[in-house]
Amino acid sequence: MSEQPALEPLLDVRDLRIHFQDGDQIVKAVDGISFQLAKGETLAVVGESGSGKSVTALSITKLIATPPAIYSGGQILFHGKDTLTMSPSELRSIRGRKISYIFQEPSSSLNPVFKIRSQIAEVLQLHRPDIKDIDREIIRLLELVGIKDPALRFHDYPHQLSGGMQQRVMIAMALACHPDLLVADEPTTALDVTIQAQILELLRDLKKEIGMAIILITHNFSIISGIADKVAVMFRGKIVEFGPTAEVIKNPQHPYTQALIECVPRMGARAKRLKTIDYSKVNV
Amino acid sequence: MINNPVQGEKSIEGRHPWLLSFDKLRSNRVALFCLYFLAVIYVLVLLAPFLAPYDYRKNFLDKSFQSPTRIHFFTTEGKFLFRPFIYDYQMADRITTRYEEDKTKMYPIRFFVEGNEYKLFGFIPMKTHFFGVEAPARIYLLGADQYGRDVFSRLLMGGQISLSIGLIGCLITFPLGLLVGGISGYYGGIWDTIIMRSSEVLMSVPGLYLILSLRSSFPQNMSSTQVYLMIVVILSFIGWAGFSRVIRGMVLSEREKPYVVAARALGQKDLVIIIRHILPSTLSYCIVAATLSIPGYILGEAALSFIGVGIQDPDTSWGLMLAQAQSHRVLTSFWWILSPGFVIFVVVLAFNFLGDGLRDALDPKMKVIK
Repeated sequence: MSEQPALEPLLDVRDLRIHFQDGDQIVKAVDGISFQLAKGETLAVVGESGSGKSVTALSITKLIATPPAIYSGGQILFHGKDTLTMSPSELRSIRGRKISYIFQEPSSSLNPVFKIRSQIAEVLQLHRPDIKDIDREIIRLLELVGIKDPALRFHDYPHQLSGGMQQRVMIAMALACHPDLLVADEPTTALDVTIQAQILELLRDLKKEIGMAIILITHNFSIISGIADKVAVMFRGKIVEFGPTAEVIKNPQHPYTQALIECVPRMGARAKRLKTIDYSKVNV
Repeated sequence: MINNPVQGEKSIEGRHPWLLSFDKLRSNRVALFCLYFLAVIYVLVLLAPFLAPYDYRKNFLDKSFQSPTRIHFFTTEGKFLFRPFIYDYQMADRITTRYEEDKTKMYPIRFFVEGNEYKLFGFIPMKTHFFGVEAPARIYLLGADQYGRDVFSRLLMGGQISLSIGLIGCLITFPLGLLVGGISGYYGGIWDTIIMRSSEVLMSVPGLYLILSLRSSFPQNMSSTQVYLMIVVILSFIGWAGFSRVIRGMVLSEREKPYVVAARALGQKDLVIIIRHILPSTLSYCIVAATLSIPGYILGEAALSFIGVGIQDPDTSWGLMLAQAQSHRVLTSFWWILSPGFVIFVVVLAFNFLGDGLRDALDPKMKVIK
């Protein structure tokens, strides 16, 4: 892809390398990846477990603890500033305000000992202290993510909500400050299929409404087609294929991508053995 | 009768977790009894100057080691009196310190009598005492000590020190241990090593010697308030180490939980994450640990005062009162001097039983809904 100087990307990851020290061994979790994300764009990062996609996502705001992690190279330019060299307080002012996260397990990503209200209030107090009527803002956010009876629900503890509801609360918290970038780290993996569809639809609607960019991390090729503009396929810490979603799905170039697409079971297809990935034939 | 299982379930689910825990505590008879017992003791001690018939500091040298006063209901003629009375005691044998009742005059026990002035709860000036007898007779429910001071009054007043030291000690060590353990567990690495190794050093020094060496770093002549604070500081200094190690372990396992990462992803400060998000999950452990550590403070204060470096006469604490019972003569002849020892024993036991009961009640792993 050629550089377009007029359009500065929202996020520009350049040759990022993140290694983990494990005893004497060094594990290269992320090994020189680069990608760009424009404002309002949605990027899906697809790969199997351990391919480095979550590490990439967390490292955007330096959420991976050092040690054991070592940021051994590269840059993550957000609005043109490298987050990897930012001070802790600069990072804190970006986290939750400019870049928000949704995680895989909503049930454990919410603090079990606090009510919904106080958890959302925490974000607002942190980044939008000018809000006077916090309760009203919380109700507005809960309505935005499609929770019925928000005024009742916000006195609930997380365990009193279903998984889908919990994830909606997480999304409400993530959207509380109108972020420029939402990083959704396997947001639907822990949910059942019907709820998955609802959550993805919600993300799509919100994206249109708010105009934020999304990085959607998943291992499941089948969920990205309707939502992602671009897709990056990761394997063993490297991006093996990058391109517009439709193109990658229709015409995958890399053998790993082909294998990944083929091993997704499809309804209506003739019953046959599901493909497994033969790693001896996949070379990066 | 038709049972409605749905309704039954709802009533369980609708209860607050604390209430559920209290239900479990209630089913443990021993722990519940200990809870009430301790509550009564604390109330008695809080009302000590009102309940105590005499000024605990006042000497009556002619009543040295007087045995506990007998309370009579029948006159010498065998007539029953509704109001109990006592006789004054006179020294009968100076060598064995034997006292005998002087049956010439009866002194009825009166309630709400005027006596020495005191301040209830430290600020309400009062003169009324719960009970007493007319002078010159003196009522010694638990006998008199070497200087003729009322053991019962001293026991109540001493309880104010002995029982509050544990609470205040916990108020100091727990925030300290939580913070230190929290920081150690959350940040890990070099800080963890430094903090944990120093707490190990602290724990490997024998407790009593540590207490004594710390005591020697304070001046010998201090006011009683200063002594009190010194004891609290010394005991807290020893107490935080073991506690913070446990907290560190709990934080260590808690900090890996997704909600902690989520809090960091919101841009929350580390200290706020530790205090607001991680430490509340250690609360039930803290309650149990506090209950089980209070006896340590009571015994620590007793040890310090017993060897004469804690609370000083004429102030009183249970350990100081026991110090009078060091001689063989006192032990064999004047059993009532040992009463503070008995009270310490009972209170420490009650705290331990209560702590055990609380542990059972608060431990979520043992939560079985019948």
